[in-house]
Amino acid sequence: MNELVFFINNVVISGSVSGSIYAIGAVGVTLIFSIMRFAHFAHADMMTFGAFMVLLLTTAFPAAGASLGVPTAVLMLPLAMLLTAALAVGIDKIFYKPLRAHGVKPIVLVIGSLGVTLILQGLIRLFSGTGGQSLYVDDRKEIFRLALPFEGARAPVVVTEPQIYLFVITIVAVVALHLFLNRSRLGKAMRAMSDNPELAQASGINTNTIVAVTWMIAGALAAIAGTLLSLDVTFKPDLSFFLLLPIFAAAIVGGVGHPYGAIAGGFVVGFAETLAVFNWNVLLRPFSDSLPAWLELPSNLAFVGTEYKIVVPFFILVAILVWRPTGLFKGKVI
Amino acid sequence: MSSTTRPLIDAQDVHGGYGGMNILNGVNMTLEADEVGVIVGPNGAGKSTMLKAVFGLLHVNQGEILLNGQPIQNLPPNQLVQRGMGFVPQEKNVFPSLSVQENLEMGAFLKPQNVKRMLAQIYEFFPPLYEKRRQPAGELSGGQRQMVAMGRALMAEPSLLLLDEPTAGLSPLYMNEIFDRVKQINAAGVGILMVEQNAKQALAIADKGFVLAAGQNRFTDTGAALLADPDVAKSFLGG
Repeated sequence: MNELVFFINNVVISGSVSGSIYAIGAVGVTLIFSIMRFAHFAHADMMTFGAFMVLLLTTAFPAAGASLGVPTAVLMLPLAMLLTAALAVGIDKIFYKPLRAHGVKPIVLVIGSLGVTLILQGLIRLFSGTGGQSLYVDDRKEIFRLALPFEGARAPVVVTEPQIYLFVITIVAVVALHLFLNRSRLGKAMRAMSDNPELAQASGINTNTIVAVTWMIAGALAAIAGTLLSLDVTFKPDLSFFLLLPIFAAAIVGGVGHPYGAIAGGFVVGFAETLAVFNWNVLLRPFSDSLPAWLELPSNLAFVGTEYKIVVPFFILVAILVWRPTGLFKGKVI
Repeated sequence: MSSTTRPLIDAQDVHGGYGGMNILNGVNMTLEADEVGVIVGPNGAGKSTMLKAVFGLLHVNQGEILLNGQPIQNLPPNQLVQRGMGFVPQEKNVFPSLSVQENLEMGAFLKPQNVKRMLAQIYEFFPPLYEKRRQPAGELSGGQRQMVAMGRALMAEPSLLLLDEPTAGLSPLYMNEIFDRVKQINAAGVGILMVEQNAKQALAIADKGFVLAAGQNRFTDTGAALLADPDVAKSFLGG
């Protein structure tokens, strides 16, 4: 029984946490690709930027959330989403739009986005310093211990307050995105432009508007993902290093250009990571009596050590590109 | 001059092409508001190119195109849609992953208040589309796709509909159906300018026919006169 609790704490909760963060990041990558046809490498830094905005606002008004009973960082998230959306639109205007106007190949935009990565990272580092900082400036991180109603279950299921916010915000973001893409006029026009840009233009759809809306959504989602990650652990200016590979792996696993695929891909990558670093010895230990005597279980049965977690999305990425380059949902090949 | 006497489309001496190379070398075309105009000619004559020039998809280097007396050459397509033009390309004429209904809605993107009323009209006009309204347009047959494409263009209530080879690749049954629909759309007061490979059938419903060759007008007359002209028949209609 306690093994099950251990599994829930270390795989189910932990996997859903990273899965949600990757999913929200990957949706932005996939939307940008489907509208502008390039891999936006600065996306992970837009996530860091969003989290940094939350940090700045929270440091400026540390007690703002207390009166409403929510952590100040969560209260500041909508504002940070707006700021990051504005940043994304601004970056497009300054860097990518002139390149598009010249009709450059997608690879030029990709290299341009690497430049934007360096700019953003440098700027954030300049103002935040290089160390990690908690987004819980004035608030206390609540930890909920839920005892299971079973006999013999001694250890509780542990969920932290930011994780609960994370699950709720992820569900709200996914539902909102679904409604936007399928019900709203602009959302449908976005899908239309992804399908056939020439025909979208011939239908009277203003493609510049759609591009701007895409950046706003991608920027706002990036702010959510970056903030949720920083809430769960801490804010660091180099968060993007650990996010870039998983979110691109998630977008490609799901099939580039498919928002729902990116969500599924995010959870595939998130769970693959946690399952790979999970110590399976714990689940086998109850059966150790029935195992043959010559088979002694090593104390650590994880596939890879925690420090090598980042190789998991890399492995998934390579495997998908070799065996199924269109991804699970038949997307476009980058 | 009152607007009633202005032709719907008036193109004079149009030169244009891609990347500095001219494909059109002085095309003239005049169409009245209630007419069907058909562009025919051999491959490479610049038929589709002329249609694209009218719809702003191709740079016009010289000459003038007037829509209801207003110059429109080199305006972007979304502005032309606003001014009452609808365009149905020959290939890739639907949004494959969008449902039939979403395809149609995109046609009324600039006139969202029209959607409900126009959807009802389009479904009445193309009944098969109503049954398939929730299906992705990419799953439809060629003829049904053509209906979706025409329906999408009609959603914005254009005064001029441009059709690029609407019957290309269709079975004779669908071909007749599409020609019938074109006649009905025209009868409802929409001017039609279409490029067609099936020259004889198309000229039969044409008020005006334009035979292009090497980017210039070779013959310009009423559809019936062109069909009766032995020179046209010999060189362009296969005898």
